[in-house]
Amino acid sequence: MTDLRTDSLPPSGAPVRLWGRALRSRNLVIGAMLTLTFALAALVSFAWTPFDVTGMDIANRIKPPSARNLLGTDHFGRDILSMIMVGARVSIAVAFVAVGIGLVFGVPLGLWAAARKGSLLDEVIMRANDLVFAFPSLVIAILITAIFGPSALNAIIAIGIFNIPVFARLTRSGALTLWQRDYVLAARVAGKGAARISVEHILPNVTNLLIVQGTIQFSLGILAEAGLSYVGLGVQPPTPSWGRMLAESQTMISFAPHMALFPGLAILLTVLGLNLMGDGLRDLFDPKLRGRS
Amino acid sequence: MTFKPLTAGLASVLALSATMALAEKTDLVLGMQLEPPHLDPTSAAAGAIDSVVYSNVFEGLTRFGPDGSVGPGLAQSWDISEDGKTYTFHLAEGVKFHDGTTMDAEDVKFSLDRARAEDSANAQKALFAGIESVEATDPQTVTVMLKNPDGNFLFNMAWGDAVIVAPESIDNIKTTPIGTGAFMFDSWAQGDRIELKKNPEYWGTPAMLDAVTFKFISDPTAAFNAMMAEDLDVFAAFPAPENLPQFDADPRFKVLIGSTEGETILAMNNKMPPLDNVKVREAVAHAINRQDIIDGAMFGYGTPIGTHFAPHHPDYLDLTGLSEYDPEKSKALLAEAGVTTPVKLKMTLPPPSYARRGGEIVAAQLRAVGIEAEIENVEWAQWLETTFRGAHDFGFTIISHTEPLDINIYARPDYYFQYDNPELQKLMEDLSVESDPAKRSEMLKTAQTTIAEDYVNAYLFQLPLHTVAKTGVEGLWINAPTQAADVTGVSWSE
Amino acid sequence: MLRYTLSRLLSLSISLAVASLVIFLVIEILPGDPAVLMLGVNAQEDTLAALRDQLGLNGSMLTRYVDWVGGMLVGDFGTSYTYRTPVADMVGDRLWVSLPLAIYALTLSTVIAFPAGIWAASRRGSAADVGVMGITQLGVAIPNFWFAMLMVVVFAVNLRWFSAGGFPGWDEGFWVSIKALTLPAVALALPQASILARVMRSALVDTLSEDFVRTARAKGLTRSQALWRHALRNALIPVLTIIGMQFAFLLAGGIIIENVFFLPGLGRLIFQAISARDLIVVESVVMLLVFAVVMVNFMVEIAYALVDPRLRRR
Repeated sequence: MTDLRTDSLPPSGAPVRLWGRALRSRNLVIGAMLTLTFALAALVSFAWTPFDVTGMDIANRIKPPSARNLLGTDHFGRDILSMIMVGARVSIAVAFVAVGIGLVFGVPLGLWAAARKGSLLDEVIMRANDLVFAFPSLVIAILITAIFGPSALNAIIAIGIFNIPVFARLTRSGALTLWQRDYVLAARVAGKGAARISVEHILPNVTNLLIVQGTIQFSLGILAEAGLSYVGLGVQPPTPSWGRMLAESQTMISFAPHMALFPGLAILLTVLGLNLMGDGLRDLFDPKLRGRS
Repeated sequence: MTFKPLTAGLASVLALSATMALAEKTDLVLGMQLEPPHLDPTSAAAGAIDSVVYSNVFEGLTRFGPDGSVGPGLAQSWDISEDGKTYTFHLAEGVKFHDGTTMDAEDVKFSLDRARAEDSANAQKALFAGIESVEATDPQTVTVMLKNPDGNFLFNMAWGDAVIVAPESIDNIKTTPIGTGAFMFDSWAQGDRIELKKNPEYWGTPAMLDAVTFKFISDPTAAFNAMMAEDLDVFAAFPAPENLPQFDADPRFKVLIGSTEGETILAMNNKMPPLDNVKVREAVAHAINRQDIIDGAMFGYGTPIGTHFAPHHPDYLDLTGLSEYDPEKSKALLAEAGVTTPVKLKMTLPPPSYARRGGEIVAAQLRAVGIEAEIENVEWAQWLETTFRGAHDFGFTIISHTEPLDINIYARPDYYFQYDNPELQKLMEDLSVESDPAKRSEMLKTAQTTIAEDYVNAYLFQLPLHTVAKTGVEGLWINAPTQAADVTGVSWSE
Repeated sequence: MLRYTLSRLLSLSISLAVASLVIFLVIEILPGDPAVLMLGVNAQEDTLAALRDQLGLNGSMLTRYVDWVGGMLVGDFGTSYTYRTPVADMVGDRLWVSLPLAIYALTLSTVIAFPAGIWAASRRGSAADVGVMGITQLGVAIPNFWFAMLMVVVFAVNLRWFSAGGFPGWDEGFWVSIKALTLPAVALALPQASILARVMRSALVDTLSEDFVRTARAKGLTRSQALWRHALRNALIPVLTIIGMQFAFLLAGGIIIENVFFLPGLGRLIFQAISARDLIVVESVVMLLVFAVVMVNFMVEIAYALVDPRLRRR
């Protein structure tokens, strides 16, 4: 559904003007700030967290936010702020690698299909894409986990598979219009092969499209990871994850709302940040579309 | 030797029903976590089947009372021969199945023969293994010959797997159960609820409710919400102990705190190094702080146990002293055993929250003494295949053993924790043929001590049973001697 | 057109055949023995073998695959291992929850998204536009199970306007059932409505800047007249495509929401069937869902081709 918003191609602008516009874009600035906050929290968590995330303190369980535990403690007396910091790491890593899988497999497939437009190969690739889309993604994720056991890796695979057709379609549709351009025709006349044209002329010009879509898939990946770990798949304890924190807090929401509130907000703000950033980037790359969505 | 039925229970039920003649509400909506896969208790292990139909729809020759005692069911009395091998059951008069057919000795013979047949799909086939033959002497009398005397036979016949079914209705029993109980099956909206209605022709004390709806809500939060929104009147085996204080504080509800037969243990793979060394297992036992587990996983509910035996049993020994929380001693034992820490072992955890939460706490406690328990949350299907059966691919697992009086599993060297002690095996063999109560008690105590001193497993707590009900509901079972939600004695007061 | 339809049908059949094979193989390698799960920890080997035989788990892989696919072709989806009822009946029952829920959620999302999208587009750049778009950003970003949790606490537990979940059944009355589906439908509709409103707005903004709309305005139509008479109709194509996709997603995508509200729908059926290793149910229901989506796509393609003959040559 997203390629609807990205069907025209961004022209490249001078870098200086780009930066100036970027700083004036409200979406981009807010989005980038939110995203960076969580990315920073994830990075810091490697070196330092207020408390040990695996350290339990049963006597101190289910404490509301205080000076000692800024976001309170969970049902095992663990510090929620620390858990959210480490959870950011998990969410970001899973979503990032899943986007990576989509790019690594999807982009070449899309370029290849576009280069051979109308051939059997194109047909097979596009039909295979449709077929992947036709599978209910959460069910497949559950099946994958049931087969290989729950882990972060399997969450990545389950989310990543469904990113492949997204990028393949987007790349193909972007590339198709480029193949009509004069400079590509010129390159063909000069005797360059389809593979070389794809890499040298097509790929650089779909990069902006891919960045925008990548940001959106990243945010969808974070939501998907949260959903998977909410139903008990994904990364295993004692490593904290936002979705599992929500699942575990669910029965206590009526007397310890802080336990459900903060992980939920963390997901909401990260996804919001990435989406705003995606919109901002699209506006930036394509001023014609400013304010369009 | 003739057994006289206990009538005290019936009398009190009658007294209760007299006070209730004017009560308005005569239906009950009862929530439970698991939906039964089908409704034939004689061909599946699913406890959820018993929860719905045991005593309510189907009855056996004998039945469990709320305190776990075995009393008369369809058999009103029985005679046992001198050698203990022949049981003559005298069936109640005028019993009819819900489809109107008569329940007689032929039905009993059919049911027992079906359960022990070659192609039987009975999940507890061992209960019937001791039967030599079943004869219908006359319509009201059944004679069962045993291969060997068996002190547990009447107990075995009270299980849900031994209820009496009819050949006329057996083909559709899974979807349309036809029994003899005080309630009859009405409808089933799969995935949501099962409705039972009162059996007007019931042979015994009639039920006080006209209709009972069993509603299936697997998610603990949804269970809490449904109770709070008063969508349900009762929740049997409420899954979230953290919510109990809220129900307790709310005048609309009451909380019944009972006990199950479930010994919750940290099972260890006794064949897997380094757990094959008793010193290492002892170190594990001392690394564990039971109170933290009970507080953290069960929110304070649960009785600590030190061996594989239910604390409410008269022969129970408190052996928690053998495995006091002492991390220093634990580290010393590990060093003594020559284990280089950290040692990594896999811990599989099945779905119930006592296992998942308890496992996280245990893992943290073990980590403190240098044992890295790598948690793997698994579904039941995987747990059964990889931990309980097959390759026994686990170091630790947490599980509640809910079968009553099951210490004899320690005499099975192939059982999943793989404890192999010939002395205990001999003891259990002797126990099965011993009939002197004093000697039996002594033997049970020896067995408890043996397994506790061998630190076969780390014994955590007895699993409590929490029932949440609206204040007016009376007559619910507090304890769970077997998995059942017997509503035949339930009524509304006020 | 006939040739085009036939070639589409051929590729559709190939897709479905590939899908059936993939599903079957995935289920084959799924660990966990349904018989062991059904009979529990005390089951004896001979009992297990007898049950496996009853369930038809003993044949070779090929015969089981052929039996399964052959059965589906004649409308027989097999018999559930655990419930012992035909899968088709179970799916039929569950559809009576999932289908109305999907329709309800879609209706809600359309009813909210259309005016919101149109309003924002017609006041592009205004505070209203910024506000609506801000809200839709939140709607897309909020995890819907979390939103559902919060709604239950507020509307079911505290205010007691709605029951916390469950489904009484259509024979208990239309409005009772609609009420029971309201909170789940809202939870499902929120992100969908947000996406739809954004698509609606951007499609309108696009068409408003196109030549024929400019021409219409030059002829003296007011901005809102141009919007209603010309732009809206053209903007409907992307919007309807999105609605079609959302519907397919809602049918199966409600698993988590169905769990939060313990609704006996299709999603929860699959979820339970997977953990109970009721493999035939998983296979057949997933296949049905794939079939539904593939069919919807097929019909959309044919409809497009009817409208725009150029698409027939691809």
